[in-house]
Amino acid sequence: MEWPVLTWIVFLPLLGCLVILLLNKTWHNAIRWTALITAFIDFILTIILFWKFNGSNTDMQFVVGPLPWIESFGVTFSLGVDGISILLVVLTPFLTAMAIASSWTSITEKVKGFMISMLLLQTGMLGVFVATDLFLFYVFWEVMLVPMYFMIGIWGGGRKIYAAVKFVLFTMFGSLLMLLAIIKLYVMTSPDPLLRTTDFMTILNMKITPDLQVWLFLAFALAFAIKVPLFPFHTWLPDAHVEAPTAGSVILAGILLKMGTYGFLRFCLPLFPDATLQFVPLISILSLIGITYGALIAMVQKDVKSLVAYSSVAHLGFVMLGMFALTAQGVTGSILQMINHGIATGALFFLVGVIYERRHTRLIADFGGIAHVMPLYATVFLIVTLASIGLPGTNGFVGEFLILLGTFKVNPVYAAIGTAGIVLAAVYMLWMVQRVFFGKCEKEENKKLLDMNWRETFIALPIVIMIFWIGIYPKTFIDKIEPSVNKVIETVKSKALVEDESDFQAYDSSREKALEKKKANK
Amino acid sequence: MGFNWTIIGPEIAILVTGSVILVSGLFLKKGRNSVLTAISLIGILIALSLTFKSFSITDLSFQGAVIGDRIAFFFKIIFCLGTLLTIFAASTYVGRELKGLSEFYILVFFATFGMMVMASSTDLIAIFLGLEVMSIPLYVLAGIYRKRLRSREASMKYFFLGAFASGFFLYGIALIFGAYGSTNLIEISSRFSFAGGASTFLTLAGIALILIGVGFKVAIAPFHMWAPDVYEGAPAPVTAFMSAGPKAAGFAALFRIFTVFAPVLNDKFTSILWILCVLTMTWGNVLAISQKNIKRMLAYSSIAHAGYVMIALVAGGKSGFSAAIFYLLVYTIINIGAFAVIILFIGKGEKFENISDYAGFGFKYPFAAIALTIFMLALAGIPATAGFVGKYKIFMAALNSGFYWLAIIGVINSLISVWYYIYVVVTMYMKPAEHEHPGLAFSPTLLVAVLITLILTLQLGLFPESYLKFSDLAGEHLGLMTIFQSIFNSL
Repeated sequence: MEWPVLTWIVFLPLLGCLVILLLNKTWHNAIRWTALITAFIDFILTIILFWKFNGSNTDMQFVVGPLPWIESFGVTFSLGVDGISILLVVLTPFLTAMAIASSWTSITEKVKGFMISMLLLQTGMLGVFVATDLFLFYVFWEVMLVPMYFMIGIWGGGRKIYAAVKFVLFTMFGSLLMLLAIIKLYVMTSPDPLLRTTDFMTILNMKITPDLQVWLFLAFALAFAIKVPLFPFHTWLPDAHVEAPTAGSVILAGILLKMGTYGFLRFCLPLFPDATLQFVPLISILSLIGITYGALIAMVQKDVKSLVAYSSVAHLGFVMLGMFALTAQGVTGSILQMINHGIATGALFFLVGVIYERRHTRLIADFGGIAHVMPLYATVFLIVTLASIGLPGTNGFVGEFLILLGTFKVNPVYAAIGTAGIVLAAVYMLWMVQRVFFGKCEKEENKKLLDMNWRETFIALPIVIMIFWIGIYPKTFIDKIEPSVNKVIETVKSKALVEDESDFQAYDSSREKALEKKKANK
Repeated sequence: MGFNWTIIGPEIAILVTGSVILVSGLFLKKGRNSVLTAISLIGILIALSLTFKSFSITDLSFQGAVIGDRIAFFFKIIFCLGTLLTIFAASTYVGRELKGLSEFYILVFFATFGMMVMASSTDLIAIFLGLEVMSIPLYVLAGIYRKRLRSREASMKYFFLGAFASGFFLYGIALIFGAYGSTNLIEISSRFSFAGGASTFLTLAGIALILIGVGFKVAIAPFHMWAPDVYEGAPAPVTAFMSAGPKAAGFAALFRIFTVFAPVLNDKFTSILWILCVLTMTWGNVLAISQKNIKRMLAYSSIAHAGYVMIALVAGGKSGFSAAIFYLLVYTIINIGAFAVIILFIGKGEKFENISDYAGFGFKYPFAAIALTIFMLALAGIPATAGFVGKYKIFMAALNSGFYWLAIIGVINSLISVWYYIYVVVTMYMKPAEHEHPGLAFSPTLLVAVLITLILTLQLGLFPESYLKFSDLAGEHLGLMTIFQSIFNSL
C-alpha cells in the first residue's frame, strides 16, 4: 500500500497537539516552536502533494481508504484530493503557520491552550477539504467549530463572548439541517440497511428526483451560505472577525469562509444539478447584493479590522458569482479567487494585527502619515491592498477577471454589476490606505512607531511572493484545477438533462445489480 | 418455561448486595464508606458477569412473567453501569454531606433491582412491582440530605406526585385486564383476535393511563413538572442516579408494552405520541435556557433528552428501538459524567450549584473543566462525542420511517440546547472568577468515574461500531415476545 500521505497531512497537527499537551504550560517558547514546526512540516507535505498532483487527472488522487469505520452507519474513512481541493489543502497549513507566527508576541497568556486550538483547527479544516465521505466531512465540519469558538471566546477582545456564541449558533443552525440531508441521502442509497453508505462517490452516482433535489439543495446550501457568508446570512461575520484575535481572524477569513464555497462546489453542484440550475438566478443576485452591500458598508467603517471584515463579504460574493456562472472560466476564477482572498485578506488581518500590537487601536482616525515612520510596513500593506482590489499584475486581478469573463458569457448584466463592485472596492480600500498611511504624521504616539521586525517581515515575504506569482504566472495553479472544474461543470450539465422517468428506473436497476455484486464479494 | 434462575441472576446479585450492605452497615463505624463502595463494586461486577452469562439465553420463565432476551440484557448493562458510576461518583459526597450513611448504598441497590425487574418483566403486575420497588427508594433518596430543606421538599413532592402517577398506572392495568382478562403481555397479545372491537376503547384508555404513569417517571411533558424541583433539591449524586437509570427503566417498560399493543394502536395514538414528543423536547430545551442552577438546568435538559428518545419511539420498528436504547446508554454515560464533575465542584453544603459560580474554573481546574466541556458538548450532540452518534441514530430512524418534520423539529431543538450547554463552557473559560472556591472534592473513585465516562463518551463518539452492533442485536429481539406466544399457549 502507498504511504497514506493525506492521513498524515490531516492528523499531523493532532500529533503536534499531543506533544504540546506534554509540555509544561510555562514553557511558552517551546510550545510556540512545536506548533510552528508542526504547521510548517504539514505545509512542506502539502507542497510535495501539490508537486506530485497530476492536474490532468480529474479523479480523486492520493486516495486513502475507503476503510471501514462505523459499519452500522455505512460510514467509511476515505480521503482524497482533486483539482477543486488541492489549492485549499496547500493554503490551509500555509495560513496556519502564518497565523501561529503572527501570534508569537500578541498571545502571551494561556499560550498552551491557544496553540492546541490552532492545531486542532488545522486538522479540522484539512479534514473538511479532503474527506470523501459525507459523515466524515460532517464530523470535521462541526468539530472545527469548537476550537474556533474557544479562540474567539478566550483570546478575543471586546464583545468576545457575544461574538463566539453567535458564531457557533449561526453555523450550527445551517449544519444541523445539512445533517438531516446527509442522513436522507444515506437512506436513499439502498433499500437494504446493510448496503447503505455515506460514501460520496456512491451518492454522486445516484439519481435524485428534481423535487427532492430542491429540498436537499436548500439544506446543504443553507449550511454553506452561512459559512460563506452569502447575503443575508452574513451578520455573524463582522462580529466574529472583529472580536477574534489576529490569528483567529486570519484563519476565519482565510480558510473557514472557503469551506462554504468549497462545499457548494464539491457537494451542491454535482449532487443536485437540477436544483443548482434552478437556483442560479437567486444565488447570483444574492452574491451581487453581497458585493455591493459589503462594499458600501466597508466604506463607512471607522475601524480598519471591520473594514477588512466587510470587504470579505464583497469578495466572497465574487467567488459565488463566478461559481454559479457555471462556465469553465467562472468556476476556475472562483477557485483561484478563494485562494487569492485567503492570501490577501489573511495578510490584511495580519497587518492590522501588527499595528494593533503597537498602538492598541485600530481606528482609522487614530492614524495618518504612518508611511513616514513605517516605510516597510506601508509598502507591504499597499501591495496587499492592491492585490485585494485586483490590480493587474497581482493575484486578485487574475481571479476577478476570470470570474467576470465567465459571468459575462452567461449574463452580461451580472458582470456589469460585479464590475461596479470592483470600483467600490478600490474606493474603500484606497481611501483607507490614504487616511492611514499618507498625509502628515501628526499624532505624537504614531511618531515613535517601530517598523516591522524580522519576524513580521519573514511572515510577509511569502505572501508578497505568492501575490506576484499568481498575478504574473497563474498557469502553475490553473493547470492543476481546470480539468477538475470542467468535470464538475460537465457533471452538472449532463446529469441535469436526465429528466425522463424511465431513465431513473433503468438506472436504479443497474445500480441494484452492482450493489448485489458488491454484497456477494463481501 | 418453569423456573430459569439464570435469567434473573443479575437481579438476585443486586438484591443480595443490597442486603449485604444493609447488614454490614450496622457493624461498620460511620464514615467507613470505602468499605461499602468496595462491596458495591464487587456486587455490581458479579451482576455484570451474570448479565453477560445470560446473553445467549432467550427464555420465558416464572409463569411467563419474566423474559430473558437481549433487550433485558442491554438494559441491565445500562443499569449496572449507571449504578456503578453513581456510587463511584458519590463516594466523597456521601462521606462529607451524609456522614457516610450506608442507607444511600442500600437504597441505590434496591432501586436498581426495581429497574431490572421493570426491564425484564412481561407481566403488567410485575412491571408495576418493579416500578414501585424502583420509585420508593428514590423518594427516600431524594430526601436523604435531611439537613437541607430543599431536599426534604423534593422528597415530599416526588412522593406525592409519584404515588399519584402510580395510581394512573394501576388503573391502566385494570382497564387492560378488563379488556383481555389477563395482565400477562404475551397472553394479551394472543387474545387480540378474540377480543373484538368492543375492547378497543378499553385498550386505548388503558394504554393512555399507562403512558401517563410511566411518562411521569421518565419526565415526558406535560407530566414533567416534578423533575426540576426534585433534581434541584435532591443531593447531587442522587440526581445523577435519578436522571439516568430510572429513565431508561421507564422507557424499557414503555417499549415492552407498546410493542405488544402495536397491532391495536392506531395512527391517532402515534400522532398523540408525536405531539407529546415535540412538546417534551421543546419545553425542556426552552426552559433550560433561563436556568441559573446547574442541576435544574440539567433537569430540563433531561426532559429534552427524553423527548429525543421519544422521536425513536414514534419512529418505531427495529431501527427506532435500537436507536432509543443506544441513546439511553449514551445519555446515562454522559449525564453521570457531567454530574460527577458537578459533584467535584459543588463544595460543602452544595454551595456552588449555580452556573455562574463556575466562572474561571476553566484555567483553575484544567482537567475537570475539559471533562465537563466534553460532557456538555456531548449532550449538545457535537460530533466526535457519543451524543452525536446517538442523535444521528435517532434522526436516522426518524427519516427512515418518514417522520421528516419530527426530525427537523429535533435538530432545531438540538440547536436550542447548544445555547445553554455552551453557556456552561462560556462561564468556565471566558468569565473571570467571582468567588473563592475551596478546591475540588477529590477522591480516587470519583476520578475513576470521570475517567470511565470520559473515555466512553469519546469512544462511543469515535469508534461506536461494537456498541451499535449490540443495540442492533437487541433491536432484533423486539418481536421476540410474539414468538413466545406459541410456547405460552402450549402450557
